[in-house]
Amino acid sequence: MLAHAIFFYTFSFIAIISAIMLTVSKNTVHSVFFLILDFISISCLFIMIGAEFLGMMMLIVYVGAVAVLFLFVVMMLNVTQQENQWFISTKSSTHLPVGLLISLVVFFELIVVIGGWKFKPDLVTTMSLSINQNTTNTHSLGNVIYTDYIHIFQLSGMILLVAMIGAIVLTFRQRPGVKRQSYFKQISREKSEGVKLVDVESNKGVNLDD
Amino acid sequence: MFEYFNIVLLESYKILFLLVPVLVSVAMIVWLDRRIWAFVQKRRGPNVVGPFGLFQSLADALKYIFKEIIIPASSNKIIFILAPIVTMTLALIAWAVIPFSETHVLANINVGILYLFAVSSLGVYGIIMGGWASNSKYPFLGAIRSAAQMVSYEVSIGIIIINVLLCVGSLNLNDIVLAQKKIWFIIPLFPMFVIFFISALAETNRPPFDLPEAEAELVSGYQTEYSGMMYAMFWLGEYANILLMCAMGSILFLGGWLPPVEIFPFNLIPGALWLIFKILLLFILFALVKAIVPRYRYDQLMKLGWKIFLPFSLIWVVITASYLFYFNLLPTI
Repeated sequence: MLAHAIFFYTFSFIAIISAIMLTVSKNTVHSVFFLILDFISISCLFIMIGAEFLGMMMLIVYVGAVAVLFLFVVMMLNVTQQENQWFISTKSSTHLPVGLLISLVVFFELIVVIGGWKFKPDLVTTMSLSINQNTTNTHSLGNVIYTDYIHIFQLSGMILLVAMIGAIVLTFRQRPGVKRQSYFKQISREKSEGVKLVDVESNKGVNLDD
Repeated sequence: MFEYFNIVLLESYKILFLLVPVLVSVAMIVWLDRRIWAFVQKRRGPNVVGPFGLFQSLADALKYIFKEIIIPASSNKIIFILAPIVTMTLALIAWAVIPFSETHVLANINVGILYLFAVSSLGVYGIIMGGWASNSKYPFLGAIRSAAQMVSYEVSIGIIIINVLLCVGSLNLNDIVLAQKKIWFIIPLFPMFVIFFISALAETNRPPFDLPEAEAELVSGYQTEYSGMMYAMFWLGEYANILLMCAMGSILFLGGWLPPVEIFPFNLIPGALWLIFKILLLFILFALVKAIVPRYRYDQLMKLGWKIFLPFSLIWVVITASYLFYFNLLPTI
């Protein structure tokens, strides 16, 4: 139990500290690195309560893919040295009221969740599903997602697909005059069509295009 | 209190017993890589230090240790130093779940294959951190390239793993090996093995996909500014990652520690030796590919990953699932 407590407090301490550092650090790239540290320590906490599948998914999806894209964007946009001056600047900032509003909402949500769990103990028991202890949590998750909640699961997949297609459509632009390489065209070239004899008239030249 | 101490001591002993052979074999593998490369090109390769040049890597390591570490003045120093450490650590912690026989595994966890996949996908951070913290053009370009490349090829590796998992029904690495007792997955899933091999080449930044460190364009990519021991750590991490990918390939497709056939002379050889033999076989393939295939262009690399491998492996998931469902072969829990 002692070792468990030591690990739990280590990981939660790292998670909280890195979450704070994520918001206060002046360098955007540092913020993303703290975000990654936060994700990793949260996934360690997931693994500690026995939700190993969720923890690993957190690592693969958030740390392995999403945070890489964050880093990519932050590095490419060259906002690395942008200082966040919301708190220092003298003139009134427009970000502050919105941020305060959002954080108040999140705070009340947390109070509702923790209060419900603290003062109404049967809330948890009615919510929790009957889980077979003999199977691993990957199996039990699959059993629930692909049977009882299959429609919601498929729907969320569809929403993600639509979002992806939407992002591609928004950023896609047709550029004229781009020569593209086609492997089939290259391989299927014959001698007869590869060489062309042209009679060049003097002072005219020839127009060669693909 | 004393029990904890005992457990920690025992585990540290096990970890040491795993890590030292891995590090030594990384050094040997570098020598093997250079030798094979040389033989294909009709050169001799490293053959001076020790018998057949076997101690060449040791001599190199010694040289790197005694070299001065230069940290660029305008670099981000903490991240610059952290990057090789991250690469090296991530390359080594993944070995914790590799099963060398049914009992010889450091951590026999339920989600072993996911752990391997997660750690190999984290490997990109060492490169991005190194490239960004160097605060120089070539390393940065190399890092950006490698980020895009590794993320793209991870997707197809993930789907190939789904193919194997459909046949196994468990995420445990030992279960994956035991499921291949009748037939190795390389036979029914041969196209997936080929795609896995090529994706592994891209994932570990090996030629022909070594664009993050393409010498002709980017000096040496993300490790341009590194020197001394820090460079050596990048290098060790890279080769440890390659070995890990070979181990992953042999567990997923070549039956891990299982002998090819369960008959008399093959039974006697312990499982760990079979696994090492398979890893070596895959590594020799890696080295041969390095010697005989020219480097890809970057747009070709991306096209191969997203437009060919991803659709093909997705279609193969459908085929595998339909086959297993139709013939009632789906594994039960």
